[in-house]
Amino acid sequence: MDHAGFILLSWVLTFAATGAYARFVVRRGRDLAARATREEMPWT
Amino acid sequence: MTSDSVSDRPLISIDLALPTDLDTVTPASAANRPGTGTAATRRLGTLVAVMLTALAAFGLVFSAEDVVQGSTVRIMYVHVPTIWVAYMAFLVTAVCSGAYLSRRNRSLAWDRVAGASAEVGVLFVAISLVTGSLWGRLTWGTYWVWDARLTTTLFLFITYVGYLAVRRLGGTQRQRARRSAVLALLAVLEIPLVHFSVELWRSLHQEASVANPNARVELDGLMLFSLFLGVVTFTLFYVWLVLHRQRVLALEDTVADRGLDEAIRDRRNEAVG
Amino acid sequence: MRARIALAVARKDLRIEANSRVLTNQVAPFSAVVMVMFAFALDNDGILQRVAPGLVWLAVLFSMLVVVQRGFSVETADGALDSLRVAGVDPAAIFWGKAVALMAQLAALEALLVATAIILYNSSLDGAAAVVLAVVTIVAATAGLGFVGILYGGLAAGARGRETLLPLLLLPVVAPVLIGATRATEAAFGAGGATVSEGWPWVGLLAVFVVVFGAVGSLAFGPLIDE
Repeated sequence: MDHAGFILLSWVLTFAATGAYARFVVRRGRDLAARATREEMPWT
Repeated sequence: MTSDSVSDRPLISIDLALPTDLDTVTPASAANRPGTGTAATRRLGTLVAVMLTALAAFGLVFSAEDVVQGSTVRIMYVHVPTIWVAYMAFLVTAVCSGAYLSRRNRSLAWDRVAGASAEVGVLFVAISLVTGSLWGRLTWGTYWVWDARLTTTLFLFITYVGYLAVRRLGGTQRQRARRSAVLALLAVLEIPLVHFSVELWRSLHQEASVANPNARVELDGLMLFSLFLGVVTFTLFYVWLVLHRQRVLALEDTVADRGLDEAIRDRRNEAVG
Repeated sequence: MRARIALAVARKDLRIEANSRVLTNQVAPFSAVVMVMFAFALDNDGILQRVAPGLVWLAVLFSMLVVVQRGFSVETADGALDSLRVAGVDPAAIFWGKAVALMAQLAALEALLVATAIILYNSSLDGAAAVVLAVVTIVAATAGLGFVGILYGGLAAGARGRETLLPLLLLPVVAPVLIGATRATEAAFGAGGATVSEGWPWVGLLAVFVVVFGAVGSLAFGPLIDE
């Protein structure tokens, strides 16, 4: 594959950035949920 | 106690820090800790993960190289879906902002979805700008071109970074909601105006460019499928992200309110005791 | 009735400026210094003359940030804006009044900067047609900047971190004005071989901007300062 560097860089950046954001959101959710009551979390 | 002339103004600003008593809470394994997930989001998340893997397989391995672009077309499979999702995300933000403003005392949920969607949108537009820049370096020999579409996309990014900053300006949740909602609707007006201006401007200064940024690419069956797969995958990914993020925002607001109530209660107790 | 209120608001803002003289003592010298700095940075008479229009409008935009921030810090410091609202004054009238006051200050600044460009960068307005184009450009651009400046100034007013946020919010929005005004001024100055007739379509763009933000600002200003 020509230009494999740039191509893989694009894919890795995309997955890494979205993955890091997903991890941040989920962890933040868990940290906050530890301080919240069940009524305050209507999705449960 | 003197009464506030403007209701809803917070008496104290709350700094949201993790509780120090978290260590004393019985440690549960990460997977068991309750959070913003539900059975439905877990199923969706699994689906997204599987589709992302499939996308990588199709995009990087199974699909053929392009006749003109060669292997650089493989960047398109992440670049195009991410910009598509970004545009959609900002549209959602605008719609939710309009909904929030359309009637008094609308639920703050509209504002939270608008905010979550904008945040995901900024992430995706940033990714799109970077991957597009890398693609441009390979095909045009240059990282950036001042054509109308690219310039407007850059403006979109800057505008919504500003939107996110405005959301952090402080004040009550309703103040935040109103400010951001107006800003989002202003963006709906401003972005087309900027695009039109830049297009007018660039059409006058048609310097010899290496390649036409608007050139259509002919995609064959499997390549087209990969592109389509990418769009669907990232759209579902967006939905999953926004679902979680707006729940997190709801929790942030709830905990902040509770902290405020507790602080008021403590102050009252001080006054009495 | 609304026009009278707007005029009263405009006169109030201009009187505050006349008393404090921030525009004449601080902002105008600042913008002139910016013009001088451009010359140091660009270090080439030919290039300077070629880009003079852009430099003028950049200096205007940077100075506008200072004027807008000042205009609103005065209002929010003692809750003056809130008092106006509580008294039931039509927010659209407040918007137009403050916008007109801002336009007056900006217009004075722009005239100064165009003159500075003529002197420092060797720009020239050759013929009546060029002068007319320059004047109309200034009027149109100023109107647009006035509306946008008050609208976004109101959005950021009274909030922590306002100063650093206003440039980030405002500068992208005024890009069409920068593009249009610069191209029109290039035509007026004859920079880069542009002719006066080429400038008028850009004035059209500026006019669109004025109409859009004049209308939108009238509607949006109320909800923004209603907090």
